[in-house]
Amino acid sequence: MGVTVSIPTQLRGVTGGDAEAQVSGGTVGEVLDELFDRYDDLRDRICEDGGLRRFVNVYVGGEDIRFLSGLDTEVADGDEVKILPAVAGG
Amino acid sequence: MAIDALHCKECRAEYDLGAHYVCERCFGPLEVTYRHAPVGDVAAVRRRIQGGPQNIWRYADFLPLEVQPGPSRRAASRAGLPAGCTPLVRADRLAERLGLGQVWVKNDAANPTHSFKDRVVSVALARARELGFDTLACASTGNLANSVAAHAAAAGLRSYVFIPADLEEQKVLATGVYGTNVVAVNGTYDDVNRLCTELSAEHPWAFVNVNLRPYYAEGSKTLAYETAEQLGWETPDRVVAPIASGSLFTKLARGFEEWLELGLIEGDVPKFHGAQASGCAPVANAYASGHEVCRPVKPDTIAKSLAIGNPADGPYALELARRTGGSIDAVTDDEVRAGIRLLAETTGIFTETAGGVTTATLAKLAGRGDIGRDERVVVYITGEGLKTLDAVRGTFAVHQVDASVDSFAATLPSAVTA
Repeated sequence: MGVTVSIPTQLRGVTGGDAEAQVSGGTVGEVLDELFDRYDDLRDRICEDGGLRRFVNVYVGGEDIRFLSGLDTEVADGDEVKILPAVAGG
Repeated sequence: MAIDALHCKECRAEYDLGAHYVCERCFGPLEVTYRHAPVGDVAAVRRRIQGGPQNIWRYADFLPLEVQPGPSRRAASRAGLPAGCTPLVRADRLAERLGLGQVWVKNDAANPTHSFKDRVVSVALARARELGFDTLACASTGNLANSVAAHAAAAGLRSYVFIPADLEEQKVLATGVYGTNVVAVNGTYDDVNRLCTELSAEHPWAFVNVNLRPYYAEGSKTLAYETAEQLGWETPDRVVAPIASGSLFTKLARGFEEWLELGLIEGDVPKFHGAQASGCAPVANAYASGHEVCRPVKPDTIAKSLAIGNPADGPYALELARRTGGSIDAVTDDEVRAGIRLLAETTGIFTETAGGVTTATLAKLAGRGDIGRDERVVVYITGEGLKTLDAVRGTFAVHQVDASVDSFAATLPSAVTA
């Protein structure tokens, strides 16, 4: 058990094709850190200056983490964290 | 061919001209770039445009297609549901009411499905066919769903349109009639958008504003081209336009800038004034706070066509308003209703709530003294009043009479003596 992170197609080039990853962590930030440990090149793709890049959306249970507590948003076993591009729509 | 490649707006990484929209290196948005030959004879290019079809394909040389349905391909340019060449109306009564000098209304409700979306969908559909797609899809606040459904029907493609479940009934009915698959999602537009972003990775469909967004967005440039052509190959001093995702707002600027760079038009890049409803004003809020990015909001406004709480082009809209000396304002729902009435009473143009937002913002700028009497302002009306009838319900009285002269005289004595 743990947290399932879904990885968008645009990032699967640096995850060896993995579309999902099971990781542990108590917050979104910890979950992402573990993910970055596993996939070396992932951090630079979606982070800069210690935060998420401005065109990256992260959702927990379908809710944008900016409506929750950002990277400090707590996650529990069984939660799903989704990373998606923010440049669609309109 | 002038179309060159896709480039990331953030890190400039280059991609081929396929159905991509996100930079894999930095997650930035991709944009179409061109290699235009220098314009030698400006008058000749202008004449060629003027001699082109009465729709957006007169500007085909500046749009992201490999095979142009433009001037030399007249039959192709008339097929489907041609968009564009909408009226630019000089609105002296509106200007007078607001104490302004010269106001022009670009009435883009005069498109096949009654909104500016026909421009972007025309371009996306043409590119989708070039790329071999047989199904169109979109995430929509209403107008885009209307347009995708209609254009797909005209072209004989399948379509799936995704809308928030609480959309105005008029917009749902005006979409379903085309035989599309209407999918009403329980949630806000931003939920719809997230779902479509996920679905676009699962299905080989042309989501016009997801995987085809770089091409789709280019269609909005034609609003700038048309404005400049209709003003005698000149730019206006200021423009007032609505902001939902910020795509229309920023592509208007791109259109003026491209033609200025090529020397096809005279003037400067206009000052850009953005308009949002205060119930969904992530860009106006960021503008007022001096921020470079938008904090997303949960929309609560009658201007549903602008109800995007997490605007993709928000940072670029902010940059544009600041760079040109413009502004981004938000207006209340009551001001939106008043804006609809103001435009209707002074120009005879009945706009939907988005146009109410834009007109109310013009009134706000005028009231604040931001616009000089010697300046030429163009206001972009992007949609049709018949799609949001609830916004005007109860805002005027109907005189009820019997079918007799006496009854009429008794009910409206002022009309009889006048």
